[in-house]
This record gives sequence, structure tokens and C-alpha cells, in this order.
Amino acid sequence: MSIDNHTEHVEFEDPGVPDHRPRKADVDDKADKRAERQTAFLFGLSIVGTLIAVVGYFAIDLGEDVESIQRFTMVLGLGIFLAMIGIGLGAIHWAKTLMRDHEMVEERHEMRSSDEAREGAIQDLKDGVVDSGLGGPKRRTLLKGSLITALAIAPLSVLVPQIGSMGGDWNVSKFRHTMWTAGTRLARDPDGTPIKASDVTIGSVFHVIPEGLNDLEHHLIEEKAKAVVLLIRLDPKDLNVQPGREDWSFDGIVAYSKICTHVGCPVALYEQQTHHLLCPCHQSTFDVANGAKVVFGPAKRPLPQLPIAVDDDGYIVAQRDFEEPVGPSFWERLQGDDSTAEEVDH
Amino acid sequence: MGTKLNKAASGTANYVDERTGIGALVKFLSRKLFPDHWSFMLGEVALYSFIVLLLTGVFLTAYFVPSMDIVTYEGPLATMQGVEMSKAFESTLWTSFEVPGGLLIRQIHHWAALMFTAAIMIHMARVFFTGAFRKPREINWLVGFTLMIMSLAAGFTGYSLPDDVLSGNGLRIIDGVIKSIPIIGSYISYWLFGGEFPGEVLIPRLFTAHVLLVPGLILGLVAVHLFLVFLHKHTQYPGGGRTHKNVVGLPLFPVYTAKAGGFFFVVFGIIALLGALFTINPVWNYGPYDPSPVSAGTQPDWYILFVDGALRLMPGWLGGFPFEWEIWGWTLSLNILIPAVIMPGLLFGFMALYPWIEAWATGDRGEKHVLDRPRNAPVRTGIGVAVISFYLILVLEGSNDIIANLFHLSLNDLTYTFRIAIFVVPPLAFWITKRIAMGLQRKDRELVLHGHESGRIVRHESGEYVEVHTPLDDQERWLRVNYDNIAPMELEPQYNEEGVARPGYKWESFKARLSRFYFEDRVEPVTPAELAAAQHHGHGAEEHDSDGHAEATEADAALDAELAELKKD
Repeated sequence: MSIDNHTEHVEFEDPGVPDHRPRKADVDDKADKRAERQTAFLFGLSIVGTLIAVVGYFAIDLGEDVESIQRFTMVLGLGIFLAMIGIGLGAIHWAKTLMRDHEMVEERHEMRSSDEAREGAIQDLKDGVVDSGLGGPKRRTLLKGSLITALAIAPLSVLVPQIGSMGGDWNVSKFRHTMWTAGTRLARDPDGTPIKASDVTIGSVFHVIPEGLNDLEHHLIEEKAKAVVLLIRLDPKDLNVQPGREDWSFDGIVAYSKICTHVGCPVALYEQQTHHLLCPCHQSTFDVANGAKVVFGPAKRPLPQLPIAVDDDGYIVAQRDFEEPVGPSFWERLQGDDSTAEEVDH
Repeated sequence: MGTKLNKAASGTANYVDERTGIGALVKFLSRKLFPDHWSFMLGEVALYSFIVLLLTGVFLTAYFVPSMDIVTYEGPLATMQGVEMSKAFESTLWTSFEVPGGLLIRQIHHWAALMFTAAIMIHMARVFFTGAFRKPREINWLVGFTLMIMSLAAGFTGYSLPDDVLSGNGLRIIDGVIKSIPIIGSYISYWLFGGEFPGEVLIPRLFTAHVLLVPGLILGLVAVHLFLVFLHKHTQYPGGGRTHKNVVGLPLFPVYTAKAGGFFFVVFGIIALLGALFTINPVWNYGPYDPSPVSAGTQPDWYILFVDGALRLMPGWLGGFPFEWEIWGWTLSLNILIPAVIMPGLLFGFMALYPWIEAWATGDRGEKHVLDRPRNAPVRTGIGVAVISFYLILVLEGSNDIIANLFHLSLNDLTYTFRIAIFVVPPLAFWITKRIAMGLQRKDRELVLHGHESGRIVRHESGEYVEVHTPLDDQERWLRVNYDNIAPMELEPQYNEEGVARPGYKWESFKARLSRFYFEDRVEPVTPAELAAAQHHGHGAEEHDSDGHAEATEADAALDAELAELKKD
């Protein structure tokens, strides 16, 4: 788009600040009085609110059930609401009706300091450098270098020990193991009673912890965070046993880690018809009938399977620990002492 | 009584001034002018919510026990009798059910936190769309940006303190995200949790961050933010008498003392009302943290939704292509890194750097104190709307289970739709917004040239009917013509006459391309000459029909002018 160049480049003229239009209260004494009364009424409202809150606090019984506590909360809160909003609206009403509304103009000054100020500042700094002994003929590289080095590494004297202590034992290989061992019985979450194979009917789901978890003195919650398992019985003809895992299940009963391989939420929702497990956090969906492989959502890996068997008393037990780390991926997931990890992860 | 009080006041003033010289500061501040506009209160909402947070937070620390030691509940709440829980959770129940007014303070605190983050983001959008981040305010934009990030940190650390099952699962998600970081992820997780998740030290650590570190940083940054506002003097919307070299408004004392001071009480009152009437974070319904249970349809606080949405949106597999790779035995989880680390990094990085990006495109070095109407910066406005649409899609995806439930839609179909929308909608939003902005600019041109429709139809002697247009008054015309008309930067050739390459050519050419992107399409403001020409052709001004021009030629001329107008645009 071009503008005709032969016309003069005159610009429109700034019409200046618009004329002030008087408000009602500026010209009408009655309106002025009314505004004053309204403002005073609002301040009065605030006083009423304060009384409600303070009197309510002493007069009303808190009670012990959720409803009565919420009622108490409401009375107190409404009191505070009135106490605050009365002052606020009153002040604003006052400002809008009675205070000056005739706009004023003030000049701005450029942020940049004046040339003299700048020169002065530079000169001062130069003088300072000379006073320090750095600006003269001696270069003093040793002095400068040692100071910079000292300053740069001094924080380490605090940070290394302190940050070093913050991470516990830093033994990140703990991620790879859970408390499942050969023969650990599968027990109900949360009461810890062991589960018999005969208890598990087709289509049922058990939330499982290792037997003995609840007796742990230390790190109970950390162990639980890794060891929780879902035990599901499918009709054996629906179950597609994965190659290499023929003896990991028992008569249609399979056990999978409950910790999502995405970012670690418990995968708690089981849909019986489709045999799908859904993580409610980010909706990764796993197909229990097919090795818990991912059928939808952000997870990439199937849920790790816990190899199970039935002991002589008919209880379901683990054959051994999971053969791969449970839960979300991490950089060194496939490293370390789990020789079988790689073979499982297909 | 009056004289006595006056004497006491002046005596005190004298005492303080002789010891501090505060008189000069009062002189400097009290009659400082602030322009008036409703949108300038958004930042105030943020500031006042923060003050409410500090006040209520102090009371909460009187009851909260930041400890992960396990105790058995014996309080009045029947559903929790005998349940094992951390002291943090127990003390939250105690605050809610046994401290009179404790539940109210908790709820006011939580509502204030939601208000705080929301106000910051809306304030930031206002600053963005009006160009208030331009020189000399770029540094203050960065300070405000950091405050926004800090508000998220404050919110998240506070949200996790009650140690309930909902926030615990939130922390576990954070742990999963941290572990996905290559090389150092596992160690950051150990550093944060003091060992394996969840450990026994996290709540005390979060507590210190929440009541000391983060609010301390926010307080300091707020001080810098406000200091710079005073130093720069507030920006003002365009209008008669408002220039880049002045400020038109009302004095801090008494007008803004009353308005802004009063507004604090309004914000406090409204947050108190929310806390009084609307239950928020009823942790007694969720139960204490336990790594095993989880419930469907639970959302994080709104400001985290976009990250949660991104995590949901990202597929683990796209067709047969996995987004978690194993490279020489090391695991790289792009399905987590992209949505939860890279995406927020790029988004926040772009936001932080935006003032400089736009300055490269304009090449303008002057101070800007008069705000832009969003229509007069179509590309910027388009970018802003595109970013907001991107953000909103992630927020919607973060609530997809609730949407699916509410509207009886398939959860999976929703996610598939949003996966496409995240790529399609933002560019579309950019293009549509830019076009709407330019359409509004053209409307401004037309109004300036031809005036407002008056609804009055006049019949000429020749039998022709025309609608009389009312010309704009000086104030309105000024508003519609007075904006920066920036042309794209010209790129000087890469080689000078001697064939020597210019240093910095690549950078210059990048800036020129950026400048073309911003300013190639533009609607220029009407010049007085154009207006004179339009009026001469008999458009708009109603006085013209008495000029005695031949009606036919006048109509022809009008058509010509309109044609020329069309060609120009």
C-alpha cells in the first residue's frame, strides 16, 4: 500500500486532553450529600460485617460434623466479606464521586541519564579502579586470577556437603528392585491377608501388596510405592500368554505392577469386558489379555508382569522379583545388575 | 480538637523528617500521577491476592505440622477414625475440624492462591496485548515473568503440603517427570525426596520453600516490580493529550490511595466470600497419601492443568513409532520430556524473550509510554491469541475426562481431536486474529474518512438517496489515526561496492525477515491529505450537499474514491 507522496506529510494535530465534564456531585449539592451518605452507608456495612464475624465466633457452636463446621465457616466468612467489601466499596465510591476527577498532566523524563552523569559515573569507576591498584601500570594478573578463582569455587564449600547430604544414600539402583522375592505371598491391600487362588474368581481384581509389607519398620511407604500389584483372573481362553512367560500365570490369574510406566500413577481402573487397565492420571491404557501392552495414551512400555505360582497351601506367591524396573522410565533403567532386563523389554 | 491534632501531626512529621528526610519522598510520591483504566487493576488483583496469602498463611502456620511422621487419627471425623496418616495430614484435618475458623482460613488461602495465579496471567496478557512491555519496560516484563513462575512454584509447593492422596499422586507425577530427564534425572529425584519417593523429608522441605524461600523471592521481586512502575511512570492508553513524553492522570494521594487502597478490601472481601461459600480442596474426602489408591476425575489446581494436559496429549506410540528410545542401553523418554519439560521450556522461554523479539522486528529505539490498541499491532495480537489457544487446548485436554463425562464423549476421541487441534488451531487462531485486527483498522480508516452512519436518509434533487454521515469529532479521530505506522526494515545488500561481505549480515537478514513477518501486511492510518480528499469528494460531511456541486459528478467522484480505496487495501 502506498501513500501519495505528492501530498504534504502533515500529521493530524493532537486535540489535547478532553475537556473535563463535571459530575453530578460537582454541580448539585444534593447529589454531593447523597454520595456522602452512600459512602457512609458502605462504611457502616463494614462495621456490621465485623460484628457478625466476632459475635458469630463466640455465639455459634463449631460442632463436629462437616455440615455444622461449614455453616460456621460460612457465617464467619460472610462477616469478613462484609467487613472488607464495605470499606473497599466505600473508599472507591468516595474517590469516584467526591474526589478530584479533573485529570492532570505531568512530563516524563527519558530513563537514560544525562551525558554528564554518564561521564561522571565512568570517571568515578575509573578513579576507583586506579585506587584499587588495578588500573595502574601493574597488571596484577595473579591478584585478579586468584580472586576470581576463589569467588567461583567458594560456594562449593557449602554446596557440595549440603547438597551431597540432601539425596540420602544416592543409591539410585534401588529403583530396580522391589520387596517381592521367591515365595512372597500376594496379600490384600491394605489389610495384608494372603490370597488363595481359589478366592480369585474370573473377572475379579485384587489390589495386592507383598505379605509382610505392613510389618516393615522402615521405608514402608517407599516399598509400597514400588511393590503394589494388580491381580486379575481372566478366562484362560481370553488370555494371550506372552512367549517366554508361559509359567508366569496360573490358570488365567495374572499379576501386573500397578505403577504406570508413564509417570508412576497407580493404574487403578479395570474394565472387565475389554480387559483394559486405565490409568486415571493420563489415561494410558493397557491390555491385560495381551501382556498389558499399551493400547492408548502416553505410556510406551507394558506394565511389568510379576511371575506367580501357587504354594502348597493354595496361596498365590511370587516366583521372584519383577524382571525389570517398575514405574516410570529413567535414564539408567536398562543399566546395572539386572541381566534379564533387556530380554524382557520387547 | 482540630488544632491539637494538627499540632501532634506536624510534631510527629517534623520528628520523623529530621531523622529520615522523608519529606522529599512524600513530596515525590504523593502527587504522582496515574492514568485511569479498568485494565490497570489486574496487576492490583495479583498484588492484593498475595497480601491475602501472606496474612492467611501466617495463621495457617500456627496450626500446620510439616511432618511425615505416621500417626493414627483419633479426632472427631468419623470416616478417618483409626486411619494411619502423616502428621501433616492430621494437622490439616485438625485445622479444618477443630480450630474454629481454621477451615475458613484454609479455604480463603487456597482461593487466594487460585486468584493470585489467575490475576498474574491475565495481567500479563493485558501487558502483552497493549505493548506495555516495550522500551523502557523490558526488564520489568522479565521481573513480572519471573513472578509468574514463582506463583506457580508457590502454588505447587502449597498444594502438596496437606499430604493427601490427590496431591501425593501429583508429586509422584512430578517425580516421574524428573526421572525422565536424561543423565541427572534419577539424582535430582533423590536430591528432592532425600532418597526414594516419597521419603520422609519432602513435606518439611516443601514447607520451607513454601513459607520462606518462594514468598521471600516474590516479595523482593514485587518490590522491584513496583519500584520500576514508579520509576517509569505508568503507561497510558492513547487519546487526546496523551503522548510518549507525558502522563495524564490523577494523583496518588488522595485519588489512588482511596481507589487502590479500597480495591484491596474489595479483593479481600471477594476472596473471603469464595472461602465462605465454596468448599475447596476437601482433603478429608480424599484421605491421606497412600501410593496405592487413586480416583478418577480428579484435577490438579488449574494452573498446572496445561502440563497435565500436555502429558495426556502426547502419545507413547504414534502408529508403530515409539516415543521412548533406548540408545546404547540408556533410556530417553521423549513421551515425557517433550510435553513436561521441553514444551513448557519453549513456551516460557518465548514469553520471557518476547519484548526483544518484537524489538528486533520493529527496530524502534524510542521509549513507548502510550499503549497500543491491540488492533494496531495485528501480528502481536495474533501471536498472543495463538499462544492462548495453544494453552487452552492443553487445559481442555487436562480436563478431558471431565469433558468426556459431561458431554458423553469418548475419552480417546477427545484426545485424538486435541492431538490434531494442537497443531491446527494456533496457526488458524493467529491468522484469523490478525485478519480481524486488520479489519478493525480498516473500519477505523473508514470511520475517519466517511464518518459515522447517522441513520438519516436524504433525497437529492436528482432523485438519488444517500445516507448522511456524521464526521468524527477531534478526539475520536485522533484515537483512530494516531498509531505507529511501522514499515518492514530494509535489508542492505550483503556485499558493499567493493564486493566485501558485511559483518553481521546473517543477523540483519534474520531481523529483516522477522520485520517482514510483522509489518508486510499493514493498514496505514489516514493522513490529513486523505481525509481532505475524501471530504472534497463529498463523502461523509453533510454540509457538502449544499455546496452546489453537480450531483452526478459528485457521485462519480465518490465511486472513484471508493475504488481507489479498495485497490489500496
